[in-house]
Amino acid sequence: MTAITEAPTRSIDYSALLGHQPAPEPVTEGEVPTKDLLIINYSGDLEKVWATLILTSTSAAMGVKTRVFCTFWGLQNFVKDEKRITGENWMQKMMSLMQRPGISHRKLSKMNFLGMGPWMMGSLARKYNVASPRELLDVCHEMGVEFIPCQMTMDMFGLKPGDMMDGMAPPVGAATVIGLMTENSVPLFI
Amino acid sequence: MALLEIAQRVDARGLSCPLPIVRTAQAIKTVTSGQLLEVIATDPGSVKDFAAWSKATGNALVETSSEAGVYRFVICRK
Repeated sequence: MTAITEAPTRSIDYSALLGHQPAPEPVTEGEVPTKDLLIINYSGDLEKVWATLILTSTSAAMGVKTRVFCTFWGLQNFVKDEKRITGENWMQKMMSLMQRPGISHRKLSKMNFLGMGPWMMGSLARKYNVASPRELLDVCHEMGVEFIPCQMTMDMFGLKPGDMMDGMAPPVGAATVIGLMTENSVPLFI
Repeated sequence: MALLEIAQRVDARGLSCPLPIVRTAQAIKTVTSGQLLEVIATDPGSVKDFAAWSKATGNALVETSSEAGVYRFVICRK
């Protein structure tokens, strides 16, 4: 019986494969934990992207290399706020019309009540000095969190690089994400 | 001999998680190794959070105290 080929070694540098300029140096120079954090942001719901951004800003503050793979509805969070209609064909345009993209236009998954829910959440957040998703996203950028768009979702929604917020990494596919996940990242699916 | 002086201060009073930690991580960059950073916060969760942050980043938490709901942390940059 022939020997099964050796198990692949885990030595591929996926960061290099992403092929863009290196992120700013980590905020702290302490004993940086050996594992990275990788959040797969699938949801476009306000409460879920909020949780994602709280975790990623904290993780970057703790010196952990942090990446967010933005896919399906999660990609819509990271379209520029001022973009109203996105897409090339009528179906893609209709999708963006029904669900306005952008971090400042998220809806709650429950108790949205035509925007009343998010408005109340925003008021409570301001009252208790909780940073908004918009503010947290800016913090994440300052601290070098990498936001990586899913190429397939870009195609399916007809999103162009110019529709996306500034500073996003080049789009990649699932294999890159699985590679990161199995190499040295703690993965979370939100 | 003079005691070590606080080189930088962060006022995180009123801020909620994760901002006290985020502001601290940003401020620690402005001091040099061995210098002290003082953070004042009112978030009760920050007591455990600063201990965890210090452990993860290696910046020593040299003092934690609280008085009337205000927490004070002194951090020495690694």
